[in-house]
Amino acid sequence: MSEFAIELRDVVKKFITPEGNELAAVNHVTMQIKNGEFFSMLGSSGCGKTTSLRMIAGFEWPTEGEVYIDGELQGRKPPFLRPVNTVFQSYALFQHLTVFQNVAFGLEMEHTSKNDSRRRVGEALEMVRLTGMDKRYPKQLSGGQQQRVALARALVKRPKVLLLDEPLGALDLKLRKEMQLELKSLQKEVGITFIYVTHDQGEALTMSDRIAVMSFGKVLQMGPAVEIYERPANRFVADFIGESNFLDGSVKSVKDGQAVVYISAWGQELTGIVTSKVNVGDEVAISIRPEKIRLSDQSTPNAISLDGTVVNSTYIGSDTHIYLDVRGQRLKVWEQNRVSTLDPRAYYQNGQKIQLSLVPENTLVLPKE
Amino acid sequence: MFKRLRESKSAQGTLLIIPTLIFMVGMLIIPLLLTTVVSFGHPNANGGVTYTFSLDNYIRLLGFTNDCPPGIKTCFTTLYLGILWRSLTLGFNTTVLDILLAFPLAYFIARIHPKWRDTLLFLVLVPMWTNFVIRVYAWMMILREQGVINSLLGWTAGLLHVPFKPLGMIYTPGAVLVGMVYEFLPFMILPIYTSLEKIDNSLYEAAADLGASPFRTFLRVTLPLAMPGIVAGTILVFVPVMGTFIVSDLLGGAQVILIGNLIQRQFLDARDPTFGSAVSLAMMAMTIVATYFYTRKFGFGEEIVV
Repeated sequence: MSEFAIELRDVVKKFITPEGNELAAVNHVTMQIKNGEFFSMLGSSGCGKTTSLRMIAGFEWPTEGEVYIDGELQGRKPPFLRPVNTVFQSYALFQHLTVFQNVAFGLEMEHTSKNDSRRRVGEALEMVRLTGMDKRYPKQLSGGQQQRVALARALVKRPKVLLLDEPLGALDLKLRKEMQLELKSLQKEVGITFIYVTHDQGEALTMSDRIAVMSFGKVLQMGPAVEIYERPANRFVADFIGESNFLDGSVKSVKDGQAVVYISAWGQELTGIVTSKVNVGDEVAISIRPEKIRLSDQSTPNAISLDGTVVNSTYIGSDTHIYLDVRGQRLKVWEQNRVSTLDPRAYYQNGQKIQLSLVPENTLVLPKE
Repeated sequence: MFKRLRESKSAQGTLLIIPTLIFMVGMLIIPLLLTTVVSFGHPNANGGVTYTFSLDNYIRLLGFTNDCPPGIKTCFTTLYLGILWRSLTLGFNTTVLDILLAFPLAYFIARIHPKWRDTLLFLVLVPMWTNFVIRVYAWMMILREQGVINSLLGWTAGLLHVPFKPLGMIYTPGAVLVGMVYEFLPFMILPIYTSLEKIDNSLYEAAADLGASPFRTFLRVTLPLAMPGIVAGTILVFVPVMGTFIVSDLLGGAQVILIGNLIQRQFLDARDPTFGSAVSLAMMAMTIVATYFYTRKFGFGEEIVV
């Protein structure tokens, strides 16, 4: 057994657009996905995540580069000969077959014996909590249940790798959250490598061991959720994952993983953590997450205090979102509502003068690209 | 009254079907009842009908006849049952051939890039702009002794200096079959296309993903999901083939007599509308029974496959 369940080596996939231009949907992507990992490909539509998944499944073949499954070169092997299974975004259930027949379909293709097949389908349906539904047709199930059938149908084959193409996209928010946790624990239970394609960053952060953030056919950053969120490789990733305040500046000095950046709009220097290599003189972006700005008078030793005015504040239940004007720059700050009160002053007023403090450990210095 | 109409969905529905209802009662139900009444009568000397209640026409259809060799009162002929059987088998063969021809084409159109689909569907329908009879005549031109095929073969034989005797293609059961298959092919293509077109590409991918080879995908996914179209096409082809007389008239000559021809001759040549009516009703009964058993097994093809 290979160390990697899936390996993409310098994979390129080109398509011809309707206008006749060549487009690299996947542009020199290299990924190594370990056995038993919950791996997500995250990006907006057209970033190449689904194409990458389809190349692993065998629905597409790379224009250049190679796909390996369990150390084995796939080349132009058709999907039905690959030891991976897919959960489709549309579920792609067979409407003319019952739940049982849908789940048994893959076993039937392997010529599994009737008894074995019945037992394994039963187990799979139990795993996705659909016991007793086996005689129903997909049309008689809710969206969430259909989703589970699709999952059971793929898992019953005991694939080396399970590929999931935005499987929760069609579900409502609450069900989606439930299914996220369920999928995650299911993955731990069966120990199969999951590759999960999504455009929903919350989903990726919740479930994944590692995330590949993709854009325009390239992988911008690959790593665990905490790394992607707390140490984004560049401005794009910081912007795509979560929310952030950005300030333009140029690098004055770099030392010990920190850089001093001159913010021309403020005429002030800020110190922050360097995540990717930057050089003195580089034009960079300062990124500060809105929940990491403190609105208070009690400034910490190395903090920089600034005066601001509240432009707008929105109460959203657990938090208050405060939009500030700080010397001509807009900053957003999320404050947790830690005290239960009806007093409007607790939630900030428009026009209110306020002091905020920025500390270097919450300030990131990011390359613009 | 208008108030009731505004408020009642069922009243609105009734109003909507009234024109069709009037038409169907006047043009189908009443003629059908008349045909039934006539089928129990006897023809009289001046080509009219003497109304009786007699089953003679049906007994005759089964093959019992008084027109026997001397000394025998009643004897049996397979003449009419043979015609019924021939019509049934022709209907069956035409339908099967149409399915075999239509399926690959319908599949091709359903799977091709959408920008070509309309053009191809249009081409399927183009022959329908020509009159049915004219299309049969075209087949006469192709199949007859000095027709297109024989001319081409003769010309080739001439070039190769081999003796050539024109092929006798027209006025054979085969010619009738070819004509029928051709005439009704679009009625098979369109419903099959409709059901194939509804099959989402992800279903083919899912089947492949689960380990099904293209052949097994066809058997387990494509074919079952295309069944509604095949059923609808079968009804659209089988039923009219059973009744058409033009094709067998022009391409079959006196060799191939079908129920349609038998009925037509009773009304126009033999001047016996009573026997013609009995044959008509027998044909209808046969078609209904065949369709009933068929649809009981396969449904009406009305299911929408999502």
